[in-house]
Amino acid sequence: MSDLIRKTAAELGALIAAGEVSAAEVAEAHLDRMAEVEPKVQAFLHVDRETTLEQARAVDARLRAGEKLGPLAGVPVAHKDIFATRDMPTTAASKILEGWRPPYDATVTARLREAGLVILGKTNLDEFAMGSSTENSAYHVTHNPWDLSKVPGGSSGGSSAAVAAYEAPLSTGTDTGGSIRQPASVTGIVGMKPTYGGSSRYGLIAFASSLDTPGPFARNVLDAALLHEAFSGHDPMDSTSIDRPVPSVVEAARNPDIAGMRVGVVKEFAGEGYQAGVLARYHEAVQLLESLGAKVVEVSCPSFTTALPAYYLIAPSECSSNLARFDAMRYGLRVGDDGTRSAEEVMALTRAAGFGDEVKRRIMLGTYALSSGYYDAYYGQAQKVRTVISREFEAAYQQVDVLVSPTTPTTAFGIGERADDPIAMYLADLCTIPSNLAGNAAMSVPCGLADEDNLPVGLQIMAPVLADDRCYRVGAAVEKALESRWGGPLLKEAPSL
Amino acid sequence: MSAITRDEVAHLARLSRLALTDDELDHYATQLDAIIEAVAKVAEVAAEDVPPSSHALPLTNVFRADEVRQSLTPEQALSGAPAVEDDRFRVPRILGEEA
Repeated sequence: MSDLIRKTAAELGALIAAGEVSAAEVAEAHLDRMAEVEPKVQAFLHVDRETTLEQARAVDARLRAGEKLGPLAGVPVAHKDIFATRDMPTTAASKILEGWRPPYDATVTARLREAGLVILGKTNLDEFAMGSSTENSAYHVTHNPWDLSKVPGGSSGGSSAAVAAYEAPLSTGTDTGGSIRQPASVTGIVGMKPTYGGSSRYGLIAFASSLDTPGPFARNVLDAALLHEAFSGHDPMDSTSIDRPVPSVVEAARNPDIAGMRVGVVKEFAGEGYQAGVLARYHEAVQLLESLGAKVVEVSCPSFTTALPAYYLIAPSECSSNLARFDAMRYGLRVGDDGTRSAEEVMALTRAAGFGDEVKRRIMLGTYALSSGYYDAYYGQAQKVRTVISREFEAAYQQVDVLVSPTTPTTAFGIGERADDPIAMYLADLCTIPSNLAGNAAMSVPCGLADEDNLPVGLQIMAPVLADDRCYRVGAAVEKALESRWGGPLLKEAPSL
Repeated sequence: MSAITRDEVAHLARLSRLALTDDELDHYATQLDAIIEAVAKVAEVAAEDVPPSSHALPLTNVFRADEVRQSLTPEQALSGAPAVEDDRFRVPRILGEEA
């Protein structure tokens, strides 16, 4: 195995910039790794070796021509298949978009290219990012590199698995209710949901527009910060994009000093329903923060436990509206157009054939919550709960700089274990959803292995809007202290594939 | 008492333009009933005097200059279309036979 795949993104960027290795060699090493482990992991939906190598050679040419590129020039990245890419299929893991090639790039895609990152392929996800296990993909299941019988989390499970399996040093994800943080947690890597509006949604296939947030995955905090800075920032093509500078997350990741920082432990996120091994690692992480000089206090946010039901009204409502665009007329699948059927009949047949179970369930749930007679009791009330949750965050941030909790109540669950029980599946997002409803920044960073199953546990670090740098500072402090205790990153404990 | 009946699910499927089979309607009626019962917990939060939030952050309308810019060519716009005729999207009939 090439040692290039074990390097960090920062190291690879430095080696390429110094001319010690070419972007093409780095891409090739990762493509070889993918060829070796993809039969077991199945993180990708689309890989095209030649397109990837062409991109890498083009970056090498730009560097040779003296073009000034960023610190990740030539570094490979696995890209969630929900971002539009003009040279690769974009399916959102749905049959309704099978084989679709968008005529344009998402802003995140365009910025990866501008910064000289090399796209290795498109990663698997729950269809339209709806799910917590990647089992809702219409194409195949992705396996957790720590234990191939377990899920890699979701919806960005292809992206988390690819990074944890050393197929890519970096990957992109989107987080609507925890779809970056939960997969990062259960695969032992770093995942960051930036402040809502801090990264562009243009060209991101919409699930719930008031919640969807693109963000990075990496094997360490600094690499995540480098990718975060590479694709974030104001985009005139996204009307909810924030026109303010990106918080200096790379600087924060390089300066893990948290002495005097005030850390709030969310009282409601522990206890019944949480796996013992998750709580043990979480409590140790809180003690660690204290030993590093942080002032730890308990904070109560009583409505956070109602965030989950509020989310499962708000997100399906937005999805029922957003997915109306899949109408079999302008792009994607068309079924039953035999010359006798009306457009409306073709539309209903196409959507029934093209959408999977969870997507249909959410479209109908959202249609219900928005219908007259139920609107006030469901969608309207959920929007009010959203306000209450934002206010509880604001009150908490009067007392503390960041909040912490477990990222998810359990370690990775088994493939098939929750597939027929939507409510059990939804519980995976219990701790991550409040930050989406409030638009806050939040990160998951590895904090050890649970005793009962030897699977990774994540610590969630939440910070106010546009204080993304605090997540990186605390995340880097935890990472540095734990890696010195463990004698290296948590992933070195993962079985070899 | 169930929160949602099979007939209501059939109505939701029609509104959602999903041609579901009878078996699927039974399947979703049971699941949606359980989900609606679970999400009804939002009623437990006292929020009568609280304004609803449609977004986390305040939204302000965004304007841009009305300038001609490069956009998709007809070929690009039609590149993913299920059926094309004369540089247009070809669609099934949208009116009844008698129209």
